[in-house]
Amino acid sequence: MNIRDSLIAIIVLAICLIWALADGPAAQQGIGSALRLMTPLLLACLAGLYSERAGIFDIGLEGKMLMAAFTSASVAFLTGSAWLGLVAGIGGALALSLIHGLASITFKGNQLISGVAINFLASGLTVLIGQNAFGLGGRTPALSGAGRFNPITLPGADAVRDVPVLGPIYSGLISGQTILVYVAFALVPITWWVLYRTRFGLRLRAVGENPASVDTAGISVTRLRYAAVAICGVLTGIAGAYLATGLSAGFVKEMTAGRGFIALAALIFAKWRPWQALFATFLFGLLEAIANLYPNLDLGIVTVPSMFMNALPYILTVVILAGFVGRAVPPRAGGEPYVKER
Amino acid sequence: MAAADDMKGGRSGTAAPPAIELRGISKAFGPVQANWDINLSVPKGTIHGIIGENGAGKSTLMSILYGFYKPDAGEILVNGRPITIADSQTAIRAGIGMVFQHFKLVQNFTVLENVILGVEEGALLRPSLSKARGVLKQLAAEYQLNVDPNATVEDLSVGHQQRVEILKALYRQADILILDEPTGVLTPAEADHLFRILQGLRDEGKTIILITHKLREIMEITDNVSVMRRGEMVASVKTAQTSPEELAELMVGRKVLLNVEKTPARPAALVLEVRDLRLVDDGGVERLRGVSLDIRAGEILGIAGVSGNGQTQLLEILGGYPPKGSRVTGQVRMNGADLPLSGRGCDAGQRRRDGIGHIPEDRQVEGLIMDFAAWENIAFGWQDAPEFNKGWLMDNQAIRRDAEAKMERFDVRPRDAGLAARNFSGGNQQKIVVAREIERNPDLLLIGQPTRGVDIGAIEFIHKQIVALRDAGKAILLVSVELDEILALADRVAVMFDGRIMGERLPGDTTTGELGLLMAGVTDTRDSSANAGGSAHVDELPEGRA
Amino acid sequence: MDKMPKWADVVLTPLISLILAMAISALVILAIGESPREALTTMVEGALGSSYGWGFTLYYATNFIFTGLAVMVAYHAALFNIGGEGQAAMGGLGVALVLLYLPLPHWGLALPAAMVGAAAFGAAWAFIPAILQAKRGSHIVITTIMFNFIAAAALNYVLVNLLRPVGSMDPATARFPEATNLPTLSDIAAGFGMEWGRNTPVNVTFFIALLACLLVWVLVWRTRLGYQIRALGKSEPGAVYAGINPVRITVIAMLISGGLAGLMAINNVMGESERLVLNAVEGAGFIGIAVALMGRNHPLGIFLAALLFGFLYQGGGELALWTSIPRELIVVIQALVILFTGALDNMVRMPLERIFLATRRSKGAAR
Repeated sequence: MNIRDSLIAIIVLAICLIWALADGPAAQQGIGSALRLMTPLLLACLAGLYSERAGIFDIGLEGKMLMAAFTSASVAFLTGSAWLGLVAGIGGALALSLIHGLASITFKGNQLISGVAINFLASGLTVLIGQNAFGLGGRTPALSGAGRFNPITLPGADAVRDVPVLGPIYSGLISGQTILVYVAFALVPITWWVLYRTRFGLRLRAVGENPASVDTAGISVTRLRYAAVAICGVLTGIAGAYLATGLSAGFVKEMTAGRGFIALAALIFAKWRPWQALFATFLFGLLEAIANLYPNLDLGIVTVPSMFMNALPYILTVVILAGFVGRAVPPRAGGEPYVKER
Repeated sequence: MAAADDMKGGRSGTAAPPAIELRGISKAFGPVQANWDINLSVPKGTIHGIIGENGAGKSTLMSILYGFYKPDAGEILVNGRPITIADSQTAIRAGIGMVFQHFKLVQNFTVLENVILGVEEGALLRPSLSKARGVLKQLAAEYQLNVDPNATVEDLSVGHQQRVEILKALYRQADILILDEPTGVLTPAEADHLFRILQGLRDEGKTIILITHKLREIMEITDNVSVMRRGEMVASVKTAQTSPEELAELMVGRKVLLNVEKTPARPAALVLEVRDLRLVDDGGVERLRGVSLDIRAGEILGIAGVSGNGQTQLLEILGGYPPKGSRVTGQVRMNGADLPLSGRGCDAGQRRRDGIGHIPEDRQVEGLIMDFAAWENIAFGWQDAPEFNKGWLMDNQAIRRDAEAKMERFDVRPRDAGLAARNFSGGNQQKIVVAREIERNPDLLLIGQPTRGVDIGAIEFIHKQIVALRDAGKAILLVSVELDEILALADRVAVMFDGRIMGERLPGDTTTGELGLLMAGVTDTRDSSANAGGSAHVDELPEGRA
Repeated sequence: MDKMPKWADVVLTPLISLILAMAISALVILAIGESPREALTTMVEGALGSSYGWGFTLYYATNFIFTGLAVMVAYHAALFNIGGEGQAAMGGLGVALVLLYLPLPHWGLALPAAMVGAAAFGAAWAFIPAILQAKRGSHIVITTIMFNFIAAAALNYVLVNLLRPVGSMDPATARFPEATNLPTLSDIAAGFGMEWGRNTPVNVTFFIALLACLLVWVLVWRTRLGYQIRALGKSEPGAVYAGINPVRITVIAMLISGGLAGLMAINNVMGESERLVLNAVEGAGFIGIAVALMGRNHPLGIFLAALLFGFLYQGGGELALWTSIPRELIVVIQALVILFTGALDNMVRMPLERIFLATRRSKGAAR
């Protein structure tokens, strides 16, 4: 990793540090909030990473997350088990992944249009079914107890609470998150390892760069891409389940609120790499947390309205896409169905 | 390697089954019959050439052999055993390796990663990588296949990338190696090296199938040769018992008209002057290194050379569209006036208004919009022409009438101006382009590869039109990789190598050997050709192994 | 040879896609325990059974014609403009600024001025993604998505902090001057002494939409600019060879596209709500994608598809009113139409092509 690649990490840590020095307790609260807010982004971003690294563009992350949020909240409510909800969430997202796979792999359709369709499908179906099942205008009933993923206190968190600096970081930030937050963070090194150290990762990256190389090596392009799309489904499923059963207590109409697109933005920001994805989503999580804490952030010279903070991830992504700050080059075969040439 | 031992045994024995045997292979794509009742037998330990024109069905046949397509009928035997090759995996397991014309490499992977892709040992990469490193070292020593295993493929030269493809096949323990048009992208020196590698492989008992449309390569390196024409296998002979003339005749089905009938040129006023033209592309590579040339009215200047030596860039600059991100310097004068080489005024539309017509090298990507109807394509590039426009609107009736007249005069078949360009054959597509550009009566016509992928009948017709335009007193710049075409048409021949004009010759006063040396970058050909008795072939191989 | 006759490509494939989408929607309705037949009757009754229904159907269709044409023009230049939503929202801002700050005495004057404002703001919002695509190769799909969100945030800010009348809690502008209100079709009908579509929002913009269809057709298939746009859309290297400047044409095509999307604001902002409210576009920008796909990127097809979606929209509203099926059913149908006509196009097309090829062969054999 050279300086340029670690730029996002440095920026993120700098923001945290400045914040902590300016207002310690607020920073602890804000960064904790950022960690929770970034978790669905990180999961969706990694989901997109698997799919797009395999050459399947996915602007349907939003829809899959939304569907997963709905199915997980519904099942968690009906069974009282957040874990069964998680399974249902993964199932819901996987179903949409299958459609995306059919359209973009089997029938060699337009991946972008398929993604758009999936977003609408989720947006419509969740309310349609939700209204029919619960009659709450598209909401699911509020979840409580085992129907939600609850914070876990890590061992020793209470003991070190009063240690300066490290104490608040460990007991206040690292401890006390839900299990899915830890899963999301653990997935970063796992994804890196899978991508760069395993046979599957090698083939996955190859199929996104030059599917013909994979095909002529006697490996099925179709199977690989379906695998990638399925992983994408599983991860967006976890992301959606976290939204509905971890971050909130139930499903609300359109509850993803553009998070799928922010995850997409983070993916571009991270140039399709796992560690950078961690910091990009952290950055976007911080922005959201700041916007929530300070609706009008007074920086002395200017007052930054929360709308600007909310729009910042999108603006930053456009800047990155414009190539003024390090060019983001997507996987070479991305977005194109694989057709054997004559 | 048991298979290799078998093969060595087979070479000494007499009744060994052929490495590859095809019986009655047929394959159709929709209404197009790409292969029809193909029979072929390739003995073990030989280099077998398959020659034929573009579109003769060679690549389809090899793709069937590699499991890319399923044949509609027929039988494939490998080492005497019948086999159904359902996919590339089966082909690989049967010991068949393929080097495609367009390499199947992952550009941002290292050589090692490319080599192990698909044949990794186990789920983790580390053991596979270290094993491959060892095998590669061994192969490099054995066959002159040196490539840095840690290099990223996109940083390698084309010749080295091809070596990676061969290494991939050998790493998969291929005993039968198919190479599809391997020299098209190589310099003569690289091609030379490739041939030495191939001979080394044959001497180790490997069987090699070489697909090409270049007669010279067939004569130089193959043991046997099969000729394909229009999807059928028309002959299989021992190379030693045939001649280039005979093969050429078999390829096209009748005697090739190598000499176009034309009178000596009567060059008149200077039309195009190019002085010290240089181009540095967006990657910082100098593609043109000071090209200077003159063309007069009433003459054809032919540019010979292996493709990729700057001819494309030369045409693009003269045509008004230098490659994106490149820097061009030098001077181009047309009828005495300077042409801008960048910025405003340097665009293809302005060049047309200046009297430059352009038949581009790739008609399917540049010369035609394949989804447009033939009549719309007649206006392509000339969409600004006053006779095609009526105020704000385009005069579609006028364009259609013009298209129908041109299709009539150039005998484009079918004579249907409403048909999309993609539904015409290659030759008829090219005729549409040629008609459009020639009938504009340009002072200077740029021509790139006028007959690539064009059937013989259309070739003759197009050649005649080019000569007729010259006789009408126009200047013509002809770029072609087909030396025969250049020699037949050009009044003067300039040879390009590595972005330079290596020399200029008169067609009557040179040999293919001398031109070959120039194409390889040797400048003092007059001396060396004298030494070699005027018959120096640049890519002639030394006797035996080097 | 082409595998299918042209009529099959133009009529049959979208029709089959539509039928598939409808069939699946029917299954969904069945699954939630309702009757598809009853749903359909309610929708037809509510959207087409009265001049009131038609008034809304045509109003929605007007929106969709503009956004559909916007997607289409970009599509012919091989650009997928997902930014219609943001461009239409910005068009609304343009309309609002013109009508609030230019004292125009009559709607006949206000309309062209507002159209200029709408088109200019819509086009401006398409400009940055366009120039980034043309000059820097930034993927226009992603940038236009981002611009939709940026537009939403920007409008939110403008409405809450700048244009909101003093004392109002509602994030919306003041009402536009009475004189600039567009005549509705019911007003016009009343002028002829007929009673048609009372209290419906369809207004003169509908005729402007029809005119836009015609003009876009002329633009794409009869002008040199259209020729250049289509050529660029088919092959960029070809366009360069032909002296067509890809940067220029890309930007122009997107400006026209954005302008068309912006023009929608004439209908919804000036014609209907008569002030700018938050979220005025209500997804019409996205429906433009479905309309353009369904309409095979031809103005006539877009007109018909816009009518269909206008019907679905109005019918969906009625559905929510009279049955227990929420109007989100329409979003599902919209998704399925996009899926089948856009992404699963080959699923519909391949079997059809095979049928046509087979019939042609058997005919050939018989001859």
